Amino acid sequence: MTNPGSGTVYTETVVFSPPEAYVNDVPYQLAIVQLESGRRLTGRIDGERAHIGDKVKFVEFRKDVAFFRKSI
Amino acid sequence: MRQVAVVGIGKTAFGAFPDRDLRSLAVEAGQKALENAGAKHSQVEAFFLGNFAGPSFVGQNHLAPYVAAGMGITGIPATRFEAACASSGAAFFHAVSAVAAGLYDVILVTGVEKMTSQPTPKVTEILAGAGDLCGEVRAGATFPALFAMIARRHMYQYGTTREQLAAVAVKNHANGAKNPLAHMRKVITMEQALNGKPISEPLTVYDCSLISDGAAAVLIAPFERASEFTDKPVRVLGISQASDNVALDEKEDITTLRAVKISAEKAYKMAGVKPSDIQFAEVHDCFTIAEIVAIEDLGFVKKGEGGPYSLAGKTCIQGELPVNTSGGLKAKGHPVGATGVGQICDVVQQIRGEADERQVKRNSLGLAQNLGGSGATSVITILGAA
Repeated sequence: MTNPGSGTVYTETVVFSPPEAYVNDVPYQLAIVQLESGRRLTGRIDGERAHIGDKVKFVEFRKDVAFFRKSI
Repeated sequence: MRQVAVVGIGKTAFGAFPDRDLRSLAVEAGQKALENAGAKHSQVEAFFLGNFAGPSFVGQNHLAPYVAAGMGITGIPATRFEAACASSGAAFFHAVSAVAAGLYDVILVTGVEKMTSQPTPKVTEILAGAGDLCGEVRAGATFPALFAMIARRHMYQYGTTREQLAAVAVKNHANGAKNPLAHMRKVITMEQALNGKPISEPLTVYDCSLISDGAAAVLIAPFERASEFTDKPVRVLGISQASDNVALDEKEDITTLRAVKISAEKAYKMAGVKPSDIQFAEVHDCFTIAEIVAIEDLGFVKKGEGGPYSLAGKTCIQGELPVNTSGGLKAKGHPVGATGVGQICDVVQQIRGEADERQVKRNSLGLAQNLGGSGATSVITILGAA
């Protein structure tokens, strides 16, 4: 999978009521990231809570899910 | 094209019924619709069933002939429609199309879902199957999460507030408390709604519709034959179905649902009416934000004004545009496959003047909006007094 690069948080939520597959992950932050490449990608935010408009940087794929972190 | 009428309606109560199976619920609703129309089983020429996930919830496939045979109906086409939470709306749309085209005269359309036999994380996972499993769902999206992300963006773009969302829940609970067939007949306060258990921020448990069992059915016929069945026929004046991308991240602006706008425009055109002509509506409030987005996309208010309009009480039974007098998916319950036809029953009940203490005064033109997924299917129906 190709590195999606950096982007901006288009929208986000923190999930408390998970699907069966992610019962051990809660709470977790999910976001739709507006990538610099122009497309949008749904991924997770690791670490500090990010809000709409915040810049985020791609960290890594975990089980094909893109994880991002808030840029400082 | 022939004019089509709803000539019979039937619903089970919505709720958690551990002793009832999927088929018995669907059969009960269907029998009630036939009785309501004074119709015989032998008059039914086709059976259309809306069901989202019977195979996942209860393991049963081949559901349409299974349910029809349970009613003692065999030898006719019996087909299941799946369009997520718009499954029975889609079944109704195609049934109306077939009668309008002259293919059949009398069709029984039933919607059913049996959800409560599974634990909540499993239900959440099955429902997430209406999203994009290779993208958003793999990342951890649930339906509350998708609508929470719509809510966040709506708040960001239009200043929509938590209080405005909560006002939708308070109003729908107040209506549901007066509906004898509702799942949750409990009034809630604004304070309770604002302090519910978080499900997916900013949505709390009070922003989410219920996990329910239930079924609903309607019998339809050409308008010129309606008097054989009822002295209160209700006309299908306009109906349309539209689709869009399944994944939320593939939609250009998530604060507006394109399929809803397209299907609404077509339905208004077919009925020859404007949004301001609609006197009351049942909309798809799977989440409180969905009701706010719906009244905007249906053209009842301008984009961004759905929140203030709801908080001002305009959508209450006594308001200028009553919305979800049934209690909506929020309080009436949301057995997903039954919801679309359930809404048609609710609108028909109002037009017939049979809604008792929930009865609206201006009741000759109503609209039902049934949504699938995060907006990949939309069915809009405009119903009117004969």
